[in-house]
Amino acid sequence: MSSRHGVLPRLKRRKIQEAVESGKRMDGRGLEDYREITIRTNVIEKAEGSAEVHLGETRVLVGVKIGHGRPFEDTPDVGVLICNAEFVPIASPLFEPGPPKENSIELARVVDRGLRSAEVVDFSKLALIPGRQVYLIHVDLYILNHAGNLIDASAIAAIAALRSAMKPVYKVEEGEVVLTDEKEPLEIRKMPVAVTMVKIEDSLILDPSADEEEVMDARLTVTLDDDGNICTIQKSGSKGLTLDEIGKAIDIAVKKAPDIRGKITGS
Amino acid sequence: MSPRKKKVEWKRIDGRARNELRPIKIESGVLPNADGSAYIEMGRNKVIVGVFGPKEMHPKRLAKPHMAVLRCRYHMAPFSVNPRRSPAPSRRDNEISMVIRHALEPAIFLDRYPRSAIEVYAEVLQADGGTRCASINAATVALVDAGIPMRDLVVSCAAGKIDGKTILDLGDYEDQKGEADLPVAYMPKLERVTLLQMDGVLSPEELEQCIDLAMEGCKQIYEMQREALKKKYGVEKEGE
Repeated sequence: MSSRHGVLPRLKRRKIQEAVESGKRMDGRGLEDYREITIRTNVIEKAEGSAEVHLGETRVLVGVKIGHGRPFEDTPDVGVLICNAEFVPIASPLFEPGPPKENSIELARVVDRGLRSAEVVDFSKLALIPGRQVYLIHVDLYILNHAGNLIDASAIAAIAALRSAMKPVYKVEEGEVVLTDEKEPLEIRKMPVAVTMVKIEDSLILDPSADEEEVMDARLTVTLDDDGNICTIQKSGSKGLTLDEIGKAIDIAVKKAPDIRGKITGS
Repeated sequence: MSPRKKKVEWKRIDGRARNELRPIKIESGVLPNADGSAYIEMGRNKVIVGVFGPKEMHPKRLAKPHMAVLRCRYHMAPFSVNPRRSPAPSRRDNEISMVIRHALEPAIFLDRYPRSAIEVYAEVLQADGGTRCASINAATVALVDAGIPMRDLVVSCAAGKIDGKTILDLGDYEDQKGEADLPVAYMPKLERVTLLQMDGVLSPEELEQCIDLAMEGCKQIYEMQREALKKKYGVEKEGE
């Protein structure tokens, strides 16, 4: 970490910037090219739903656990979905064990907002005993290798895992929730897709690598639902964006999201 | 507009027009022990911000050799919302602290203070929707009050959608019951957006309307920030 502000990062920035200005990136991609996306579902048998996503060398595993428990105080009659991200130390020399830092919190919250805003599940159907017991859906994002653009990879993995999930069927007997042997698919209504780009000098580049993220000026994630509506935006990074750049970023996201969604439905 | 087609006129919960801000009051220099400070009321939001620094960085290993480090903490008082909330920082607080830092950093000449720290503490005393915007507005004034050189003021307000209509500056009810919320921070002179978040659902056209509304709001708040500073530091000298 100590070398981050020294000569090397500045050289790196210059190299990456030169590449971007020439229209081709360090890894040979064009400015608006995604790395290859592969999705495998049902990789963890003990989870109700799971998916592993590779986005180039970035590798994210998502496990969905479904149980029951108390609802949130402010929404007593609807089910609960909680998204959590773990940056485990195996994923990058920059990750250290310990309580979540702001980057992992941001990742979890941006993915969470996408799922929630698009209303991926009908939360009102997930109450068991309204006010007391509801379905709890835990979406745990586990980063196995960090090679940039964790948000998009995690968002893909989260929705793929939810689509694969089977929820346990409960019955209510004398005011108690009782588990049955049955399972049924978790009904997924929408498929939000996150599209992230970073700004380097005057260019916007899609699906940033870890190196590109390290030297970026600003980052923008736009999440879109199936109808082409925008359901989450998150700007990050220490420089500002012009209104033109924001408009352009949204156009790019609108254009790219259906391709990614196609990959998820095809998995 | 024939009298027969009398529609029930759509009104916001507090009777505001769609592009109307809540009343805003900004005061600078309110904390004697801070290097700079400001207090803002934005509707029923009450936020007080203290700025410390530039000062020595602790721990030293976090200092940057070529620039100052901006640290921001957004924190809500336990009594600021119903029901009471734990004073321990939540995930939400952590994320907001980070986006506030990203919103302010582009405005500050951090490279003038190598190896030092500038600290911004925003305490939300009462929350009523839009606390991150209120915190940014107050933090900017507090940074100026601390004498920290800045490229521009950072102004922030939110736009959003409720009952299918796009509106400016969402109150708590509109934030919770509305269809979308889009907080924006902007540097009006440099024309740069430094914070942009959204949740809810908006079509690309509605999103554009919301951004326009937020810009309109930001420009109004910009004048109020300047007023607050002028009030403390007197009339602007000729030729700045």
